[in-house]
Amino acid sequence: MNTPTLLLDGLPVPFSVGQTIMEAATAAGIFIPHLCHHPDFKPQGSCKLCTVKANGRYVSACTMPAKDGMEVENNSPDLNDKRRTLLQMLFVEGNHFCPSCEKSGDCLLQALAYELEMLTAHFPQFYPDRPVDASHPEVLLDFNRCILCELCVRASREVDGKNVFALSGRGIGKHLIVNAESGRLADTGFSLADKAAHVCPVGVILAKRRGFLQPIGCRRYDRQPIGMQFASPPGSGGNGPEH
Amino acid sequence: MNPPVGQRKLRLATTSLAGCFGCHMSLLDIDERLFELLDRVDLDRSPLTDIKHCGPCDIGLIEGGICNAENIHVLREFRQQCKVLIAVGACAINGGLPAQRNHLDLGQCLQEVYLTAPGIVGGRIPDDPELPLPLNQVHPIHEIVRIDYFIPGCPPSGDAIWKFLTDLLDGRTPRLGHPLLHFD
Ligand code: SF4
Ligand code: SF4
Ligand code: FES
Repeated sequence: MNTPTLLLDGLPVPFSVGQTIMEAATAAGIFIPHLCHHPDFKPQGSCKLCTVKANGRYVSACTMPAKDGMEVENNSPDLNDKRRTLLQMLFVEGNHFCPSCEKSGDCLLQALAYELEMLTAHFPQFYPDRPVDASHPEVLLDFNRCILCELCVRASREVDGKNVFALSGRGIGKHLIVNAESGRLADTGFSLADKAAHVCPVGVILAKRRGFLQPIGCRRYDRQPIGMQFASPPGSGGNGPEH
Repeated sequence: MNPPVGQRKLRLATTSLAGCFGCHMSLLDIDERLFELLDRVDLDRSPLTDIKHCGPCDIGLIEGGICNAENIHVLREFRQQCKVLIAVGACAINGGLPAQRNHLDLGQCLQEVYLTAPGIVGGRIPDDPELPLPLNQVHPIHEIVRIDYFIPGCPPSGDAIWKFLTDLLDGRTPRLGHPLLHFD
């Protein structure tokens, strides 16, 4: 039997049955912009950054199973315009002051904004009031930058078995909470050794006392744009879809 | 050097609103290319000329966001006078560092700074009628007037500003790719 293959921007991409479009593309070294997807966790399809057009319909590449003969459009002006708009909405919803953010240069949201050449957040800023939680001895939580990707929620639940984080509220009131009676990170079993301490794609979950460790110019996305790091084979400096 | 016959020299204005002048320092950072720039443009209102009001211009560069009534006034004047208006730097684009006061109460900020901070004796909140009224929140300039182009960065590098301006002056669509496009 022939290997099932889909066409990604006209390029044949073989895959194994059960793989999503994202997984097939990743295996082939092709970059599909994403925020809430992470190869170690079950996809949840919430950010929609990975939206592609499959056989003429808009779908999330991270949740959509690949099908033999499927024609997928990924890197097109239309899709990148939509992705840029999604990024702009994420930027105005939170307080993304990159110059004072420790994650700057290593941030997935910022790297995608560079990749898609977002020059301004365009929409009126929300400037929400989200106090930080500095109660924990090792880790700081700056909710101002949370994009609700739930990677920390999934990591804490599925890998650490601790269930430290959750999302609460609906619509624009939706926000990240810490599962403790006091609501403070210090009153949970959270530790810097947890997987959840290292999955945040933006600057919310930050290890204390090591801020701005790498000088500007040497940080991950200073060295190479995210799209190119993705395509590079393991061991060549880029490390695939991990962040 | 004079511009080619039939081509008049462009006029360029710059100003700083709620910013730290870092973006203007970056403009100076284009170094000896400043001579080349001045061959191609005449400066109108700018901290470099100390002209107080902006005349009709081709290009306006604005650093800084909107934190008081005077900022709005200057911004509107620029929009009226400049054919192409460019937001330069993080403060102009999303409020930047000054906007980090946005979740605080303005009255409390003023009290703390002028009345209750340690070491203040007989303090007074400045109320001279000449002082522009502060706004409750700091805002990016595109929320007040239409902006044509944005050069991100805190500040954008001299190279980024140079690339952008020369693209524009040469009639190309200005474009900052890696590594010139930076938010910090
Ligand atoms: S999390 Fe990313 S986008 Fe947000 S402020 Fe930090 S660097 Fe900027
Ligand atoms: S804290 Fe980070 S990982 Fe968790 S939901 Fe927010 S952005 Fe995602
Ligand atoms: S990466 Fe697919 S929806 Fe977020």
